[in-house]
Amino acid sequence: MESKIKIKINGETVEVEKGTSMLEAAKQVGVIIPTLCYHKDLCVAGNCRVCVIEVVGQKRLSPACATPCEDGFEILTNSLKVRNSRKYILELLLSEHNADCTRCYKNGNCELQRLASEYKIMEQDFIRLVPFKNYTIDKFSPSIIKDDSKCIRCQRCVRTCAELQGVNALAVAFKGDQMKITTFFEKALNDVICTNCGQCINHCPTGALVERNYIEEVWDAIADKTKHVVVQTAPAVRVGLGEELGFEPGTRLTGKMVSALKHLGFDAVMDTDFTADLTIMEEGTELLTRLKKVLVDHDPNVRLPMATSCSPGWIKFIEHLYPEHLDILSSCKSPQQMFGALVKTYYAQARKINPDKIISVSIMPCTAKKFEANRPEMHDSGYRDVDYVLTTRELAIMIKQAGIDFNRLEDMHFDRLMGESTGAGVIFGSTGGVMEAALRTVYEIVTGREVPFEKLNIIPVRGTEGIREVSVKIENPLKEWAFLDGIELNCAVAHGLVNAKKVMNSIISGQTNYHFVEFMACPGGCLGGGGQPIPTSPEIRQKRAEAIYAEDAGMPLRKSHLNPEIIKIYKDFLGEPLSEKSHHLLHTKYVKRGM
Amino acid sequence: MKTNFQLKKVDFIFNNENDWEEVLSKNLNRSRQDIINELISSELKGRGGAGFPTGLKWKLSADANDETKYVICNADEGEPGTFKDREILSKVPFKVLTAMAICAYVIGAKEGYIYLRGEYFFLQPEINNAINEFEYYCKEINFDFSIKIFMGSGAYICGEETALFESMEGKRGEPRNKPPYPSSYGYMGKPTVINNVETMAHAYTICNYGAKRFYDLGVQYSRGSKLYSVSGDTPKPGIYELELGMSLSDFVDEFGDGDTKAVQVGGASGFLVPRKKFNETTIGYQGKLTGISLPTGGSMMLFNSSRSMYNVLDNYLVFFHEESCGQCTPCRVGCQQLLKGIKSVKNGQKNAQYLDKLLQLAETMQFTAKCGLGQSVANSFSSIVENFREEMIY
Ligand SMILES: Cc1cc2nc3c(=O)[nH]c(=O)nc-3n(C[C@H](O)[C@H](O)[C@H](O)COP(=O)(O)O)c2cc1C
Ligand code: SF4
Repeated sequence: MESKIKIKINGETVEVEKGTSMLEAAKQVGVIIPTLCYHKDLCVAGNCRVCVIEVVGQKRLSPACATPCEDGFEILTNSLKVRNSRKYILELLLSEHNADCTRCYKNGNCELQRLASEYKIMEQDFIRLVPFKNYTIDKFSPSIIKDDSKCIRCQRCVRTCAELQGVNALAVAFKGDQMKITTFFEKALNDVICTNCGQCINHCPTGALVERNYIEEVWDAIADKTKHVVVQTAPAVRVGLGEELGFEPGTRLTGKMVSALKHLGFDAVMDTDFTADLTIMEEGTELLTRLKKVLVDHDPNVRLPMATSCSPGWIKFIEHLYPEHLDILSSCKSPQQMFGALVKTYYAQARKINPDKIISVSIMPCTAKKFEANRPEMHDSGYRDVDYVLTTRELAIMIKQAGIDFNRLEDMHFDRLMGESTGAGVIFGSTGGVMEAALRTVYEIVTGREVPFEKLNIIPVRGTEGIREVSVKIENPLKEWAFLDGIELNCAVAHGLVNAKKVMNSIISGQTNYHFVEFMACPGGCLGGGGQPIPTSPEIRQKRAEAIYAEDAGMPLRKSHLNPEIIKIYKDFLGEPLSEKSHHLLHTKYVKRGM
Repeated sequence: MKTNFQLKKVDFIFNNENDWEEVLSKNLNRSRQDIINELISSELKGRGGAGFPTGLKWKLSADANDETKYVICNADEGEPGTFKDREILSKVPFKVLTAMAICAYVIGAKEGYIYLRGEYFFLQPEINNAINEFEYYCKEINFDFSIKIFMGSGAYICGEETALFESMEGKRGEPRNKPPYPSSYGYMGKPTVINNVETMAHAYTICNYGAKRFYDLGVQYSRGSKLYSVSGDTPKPGIYELELGMSLSDFVDEFGDGDTKAVQVGGASGFLVPRKKFNETTIGYQGKLTGISLPTGGSMMLFNSSRSMYNVLDNYLVFFHEESCGQCTPCRVGCQQLLKGIKSVKNGQKNAQYLDKLLQLAETMQFTAKCGLGQSVANSFSSIVENFREEMIY
């Protein structure tokens, strides 16, 4: 127990690990110290100074987040000096902040507002600085709105963009009173290498970064009796939504969510998980085709690995940072966009509805999906494939606006045709899920046997490590796939763009020889997406992941190719994977964007 | 209170009596511990602002267990009213280089940097010539040490040691959290000694003449001599090396214009001393004897009765609210509030009691700001407002 030290917090002795921050130590004795710039996902900045505490004998206060405990320290977290200083600091923050709370999108979920309320900052002695500032609001991105007047310069977004995503679209510029968080040459987010992943939104304590919301547009569409409004819900939404509605993280609410959507007035409620299964059929076949082209035909125009393409943040990232390597991407659209293209074709035909009259809405854990739906390529149905993308948070707002008592909802099923899915579709919501789903199907196509993992659970691709690898040996394949006999299929999974960058660099430098790589822009995959409930943390994402895998384990069907609606769509409409029709509706091209 | 009753001018730093090659060779033949002991017993304190004991600083880095270590000479000289480091680097650069090399020998560093204030670009060729000659000699005596100049780009905050490291690493010059301190985690995360130019020059003196000659000067807690940059309402502006521990009234007798109303000791981040306190103020490092008047960088700015103290304070606050790195709340917003606050009191939008709220704010900044910049705004603010309150209001 050498590494243990003893300190006193507000008179109570506590033993902590050497190097423990005062913030953590206080938590251990049940003392909560307020923070703003601190976030569990990020390195410690210690710049807001809200967490200052008093070390007995020291004149200056110390930031609890950034100060390691030392043996014998006596710490006061609520002395007069601490409380007064904290109040001053909050007053200062508020004097520089456009505290127009009732008109703020984050009203009710703002860390600054909460502290102002806790410390009862009632008077405004300090001079309001807002009128002196030339604050800008950047509304040009289809995904993200950045309002500098709400910014408290905690730099959580900057650290997020750098540490989690390796994108560095947001940075600190200027100094003194002019210091602000901005982009390269202060361009709009839409004009820089921002991937729209929305992680900055998830980590922003105030209303400075929020999603561009389309709630009113969707209400209008629902109210328009001439329109047939179809909604799809992504896998990760069902395990996140509850957090906005008072449930514990990791509560599975699929049936109630469907029910709520029907109450909201959507004409059809279907499931993105269906197109997740479809993605597996298309992408799995594409992988096998590429393997054959490389290994048998030695086609110089095809290369490995093949990279997944369902995360639009990842897509914009590779388009900006690795424009010369877009050929590694699968040509498959994301499940959202496959769904959109099918709603206005397959679904319209089956239901005999003029696609002109269909409004297609999607509920996503993601802000990049808003950008994706807006891409000019995404009109293969002849219309805009997905009209509006709402985040999990926006759906929760609609549910609250509609006055729905979620607890009392009956579980309901998704509507037919594109509402059936397998466990493989569900796990798309987690990092490693696309890989696991693909392996379950591809292995079986190639060998005629189930993938050799107990209960189909491919544990090595699950988890929270930023980069994970698995190799699956192909033995005794079916005759058609004889060329794969004995091959170790090297697969990797990366989540968080900073890890995507590492994997890309290792691929380009030849350090690795993967066949297939899954990339997801957000930490934890879609369940940690930029459109998911705020706050986020490693623990919360872990809970959501557990819920996703529990959902999978409870499904009667857990392999995409067994989904009866998938079998049906190939029979009735698409023909076979990679058919001409599939190519037209379900596949896409990418844009070299560069820096 | 014991002080030196008259100013004692000293000429350690700029004298040409000695031969740096000899001083270097001599010291490289001593044991590391011997040099550290010499410095510790001289009681030399850093001349860049914080007054940290130099011998202890070198010892901490020497004790740090790492293959790679660095020596950095802080020549950012950004404190308003300070211009002595420029003089040292142009007149006696070899003393600084030699001290850096001795430090490198003591701590086990192979690389040194001079972080040169951007506006001093004109010094660069001369210093580079000196470095070339110096490195040539080091090679001759088989001492493996090289020095490079790193040009700053004009931000005051980059003189703060950890912001300086960040800036050298190609990042934005924002101060880091301390701990960890530079002695274990400095430039590139490696143990680093960072000393002011003048500190290096004194270290040279001590390594040359021995600790005693240095220690004999000054008073308790404030040993040796110090360079002062004298400016403002004085008939003799310039740079003077004086014994530490002088009384401010002696200083004003020597340098004032006969009508000195106040002296700003230590630049914008120092204190303003009004005439009525000249007698009781001693210039030295914090300690029982000297009270509050840290010389920090050694800037001494004299104001005569024609000066508006409101304007003086406004000037400092404009400086701070622009030069704050902007990262931490108390400093970024606090400086803006202080600046706008004194204006509002002056123009009557806020009543005189608002000054008390501002004094409290300044104190909060001192307790809670992340680095020395924000922490020391209260020095000039409080000393000016408390001593010249009427001038702030009317
Ligand atoms: C805002 C700020 C600016 C500073 N500027 C300088 C400077 O220009 N030169 C300098 O030597 N030290 C400066 N310092 C002090 C350094 O952080 C550091 O204490 C010093 O370089 C250590 O050297 P010393 O021990 O020899 O004094 C500054 C400190 C602060 C807080
Ligand atoms: S005190 Fe001022 S200069 Fe120092 S870290 Fe804070 S904002 Fe930056």
